[in-house]
Amino acid sequence: MTTAAVADPNHVTAHGHGAPGHGDGGPASKRIVVSYGFWIFLLSDIVMFSAFFASYAVLQGATSGGPSGATIFDRSYVAIETACLLLSSFACGMAGLAAKARNTLMFQLAMAATFVLGAAFVGLELKEFAGLVAKGDGPSRSAFLSGFFALVGCHGVHVTAGLIWLTTMMAQVWAKGFREDIQRRILCFGLFWHALDIIWVAVFTVVYLLGTTPMVTTL
Amino acid sequence: MNLLGKLTRQALPLDQPIQMVTSIILGLVIAGVIALVLIKGWAPYLWREWITSVDHKRIGVMYCLLGFVMLLRGFSDALLMRGQQALALHSNGFLQPEHYNQIFSAHGTIMIFFVAMPLVIGMMNFVVPLQLGVRDVAFPTLNSVGFWLTATGALLVNISLVLGEFARTGWLPYPPLSELQYSPGVGVDYYLWALQISGIGTLLTGINLVTTILKMRAPGMQYLRMPMFCWTSLASNLLIIAAFPVLTATLAMLILDRYLGFHFFTNDHGGNVMMFMNLIWVWGHPEVYILVLPAFGVFSEIFSTFSSKPLFGYRSMVAATMVICIISFAVWLHHFFTMGAGADVNAFFGIATTIIAVPTGVKVFNWLFTMYGGTVRFTTPMLWSTAFITTFVLGGMTGVLLAVPPADFLLHNSLFLVAHFHNVIIGGVVFGLFAGYTYWFPKAFGFKLHEGWGKAAFWFWLVGFYLAFMPLYVLGLMGMTRRMQHYDNPAWQPWLLVAGAGALLILVGVLCQAAQLVISIRRRESLRDVTGDPWDGRSLEWSTASPPPHYNFAILPNVEGEDAYWGIKQAAKETSHPADAVEYEHIEMPRNSPTGVVCAFFATVMGFALIWHIWWMAILGLLGAWATFVVFAWRDHGEDEIPAERVAREDREDRWRRGLPAYEGASA
Amino acid sequence: MSDLTEMVGDTAPGDTAPGDESIATEGDIARGVWTYVVGLVLAGGLTAVSFLIGPSHLVWAPSIPMALVVLAVAQMGVHLVFFLHINTGPDGTNNVLALAFGILIVFLIMAGSLWIMAHLNHNMTPMSQIMRMQR
Repeated sequence: MTTAAVADPNHVTAHGHGAPGHGDGGPASKRIVVSYGFWIFLLSDIVMFSAFFASYAVLQGATSGGPSGATIFDRSYVAIETACLLLSSFACGMAGLAAKARNTLMFQLAMAATFVLGAAFVGLELKEFAGLVAKGDGPSRSAFLSGFFALVGCHGVHVTAGLIWLTTMMAQVWAKGFREDIQRRILCFGLFWHALDIIWVAVFTVVYLLGTTPMVTTL
Repeated sequence: MNLLGKLTRQALPLDQPIQMVTSIILGLVIAGVIALVLIKGWAPYLWREWITSVDHKRIGVMYCLLGFVMLLRGFSDALLMRGQQALALHSNGFLQPEHYNQIFSAHGTIMIFFVAMPLVIGMMNFVVPLQLGVRDVAFPTLNSVGFWLTATGALLVNISLVLGEFARTGWLPYPPLSELQYSPGVGVDYYLWALQISGIGTLLTGINLVTTILKMRAPGMQYLRMPMFCWTSLASNLLIIAAFPVLTATLAMLILDRYLGFHFFTNDHGGNVMMFMNLIWVWGHPEVYILVLPAFGVFSEIFSTFSSKPLFGYRSMVAATMVICIISFAVWLHHFFTMGAGADVNAFFGIATTIIAVPTGVKVFNWLFTMYGGTVRFTTPMLWSTAFITTFVLGGMTGVLLAVPPADFLLHNSLFLVAHFHNVIIGGVVFGLFAGYTYWFPKAFGFKLHEGWGKAAFWFWLVGFYLAFMPLYVLGLMGMTRRMQHYDNPAWQPWLLVAGAGALLILVGVLCQAAQLVISIRRRESLRDVTGDPWDGRSLEWSTASPPPHYNFAILPNVEGEDAYWGIKQAAKETSHPADAVEYEHIEMPRNSPTGVVCAFFATVMGFALIWHIWWMAILGLLGAWATFVVFAWRDHGEDEIPAERVAREDREDRWRRGLPAYEGASA
Repeated sequence: MSDLTEMVGDTAPGDTAPGDESIATEGDIARGVWTYVVGLVLAGGLTAVSFLIGPSHLVWAPSIPMALVVLAVAQMGVHLVFFLHINTGPDGTNNVLALAFGILIVFLIMAGSLWIMAHLNHNMTPMSQIMRMQR
């Protein structure tokens, strides 16, 4: 072990911040590390949703004498929900751009728009749920409705969590300005919000549209 | 409306002597430890340097400590079960059925989630950034949160010993038994919330380490220069990211069934119990590889170091690791071959399962060829590793046998299965963890573990393992099913007595390990590792001091090939020129933060409240956890700067201590 | 807008953060808005087609489920490209690889579960009947 005595582990090269992380330049910059980590989290979240989707698909026919999707889903209602979420995704994108331009007013306006549209989505969804429960078609009615409430509700819980995060971000920008770490969080929030919209595309297609298309319900 | 939900005085196990005595002893031990800490005045130090630490090395050590403590708990459950089965011919033994069911459920749950996982994660946490040549993981505070959430889960499982009961439903709570109708008590709820909370911690770790490995490596550390342990850690953490969300979703569905009257897995209203088996094994099979892949990495490091040779077939090893990572996601049905799938489904999953043996075989041959022609040193880590090869190959072959659906129809849920998975998990994961523990202990603490006691522990463990589990193969073939509280077949008893004796030998092994630790601490001066490289290692963790400074490397190493540190040592030997001039720079390190432990406190409150249906307290816990994060997000200074002069001074002192030449004209 | 370069100085050539787009001038902001507008129009159009294709009777009925799935996948692609700025350029390799891994896992879980459960439902006595038999 005397070899270690002359070993010199420390050949120094210049490696500044912003190195790519592909191996040659040392650790990547914080912005890349943070948003990549969040990207990985989103993928894990999508995997979680896939388990709920799989359950919904398997239990879709298990109506146990209760209503099927075709009888309880209202396409135009869902279309309004979809429009809300899509527009809020757009507003969120605007907020991200405003943050990059360090335009506080635009940022707060765009975030407020995102919030209003997102809250409208959650409100509409809650109204749909409340209506179903009031009719006795709550999650305890059948396995199909359990799967429906869990899948759509899980998305709704994510949106609600996003709204809480969104208001926290607005308050942070108001209190602290566009600090480097707050910029990173805004980037992550944007990813989160857009990912929820992607999941919603799957939800409205698999649950509401395929659920009201006659030939699939008889499958 | 009861403010304490379902929690009443009946929750205390006053009528069950074994649980009562255990609870009292546990309480006394905890009170004793706390009293000792307070009397000696260690509390501020522990709070400052460990509990709030965001240093990946300290968090890794705490993970391992948690794993070893829980190992004692899980192992006592094992002793109880072996004792019960050795005695319970035509009789009830000494454990009542309800208690026996709780014990086998707790044993499996604890050993997988709170022993194997913390130990594996702790080792990855400690080693990976050092091997990659960087100063910390990607998200240091999140790392601390992850650890404390895991600890929360372990705490909840142990609270169940004192308040209420634990699940009686096996280590995976199969419905409909685990549904409210058949398990109305809080046992399953303890299981569910302990796993949900610690599962979040595990997921955070997975995200953290994948990001660390993919985005934070020393200059020049290309993918195909990473040490094997980093590769297997990458694969393992990718599996965590892909599999643990499924566990979360599945357990969430069971929670919805139990708490809100959903019908995912109930008997009535169209619920489908098989969906639970399906989803839980979508997680369950990759979980096995989450545990064993890092162990494969440990063995790869050890075989190469103690044979003084580069790892044979490095690239094939990388390929084999990633192939296992992917295929492990296409085999889950083999856990329920017998439960109604058709021939084509069974054939597909049976073949996929047997295919996994191919990359594993590649690995085994690579390890053998690494030793071939090398100068093999049979230290304790090497003993564990060589024993692993034989034991694991045996366990792997019984696995391939079970992967054949017709054979599985005979052996499903028999003791043959129990023998198989203990054979691979003990022979693979546990041996790997013990090998890694001995191998990296000097890096973590600055002194080696005592070799003699380590070897004694090894031999007791090895012989004990074979005595304890080989009879179970025979018993399985004789038709004994798993989880039997008592039995009427006298032909089984001799084998069960042998198995019981094996468990006692393992107990001696565990005691030897405890003795090894105590004696090593006592004799730490003579076991001191001054060079930082006690084993003549090959990867970067050995290039820094033992224990490393909290910033790991004063100057990030520059990697120029595989076996980075070995290459540096060789180059230094050939040229024998003094160290190059360097320029020390200031280092930014993340500040310690109580976020993790405070967040885990609220998570414990929330979990406990949910178990006992104390809704107001659950809401408080949730709000508290959220508030903790907001406070964390609001802080203005997340990092401390270590000035270049201090780095330079510390590094010069450190190099002088280790007998390394100071850098020529090193400036600050 | 001199501080625009400073605020994005963190991004480096050779690697991009997921969801990040390089913004250096005011023109880039305009381009960024334009990207979102295009994405919004495309996504809105695809959504509208999804919702209208069923009741409209313009399409051969048995093809509708497949058409809906294709439209949904297309819309997810639009979201990924125009909103999340994921691209297959050399600097986005890690992001795309992670996404591909995620998609593979989602596919395995969905396809595997549906295949397995279809078999089990076909081969096993339904739980309700088992319960009836026990009574």
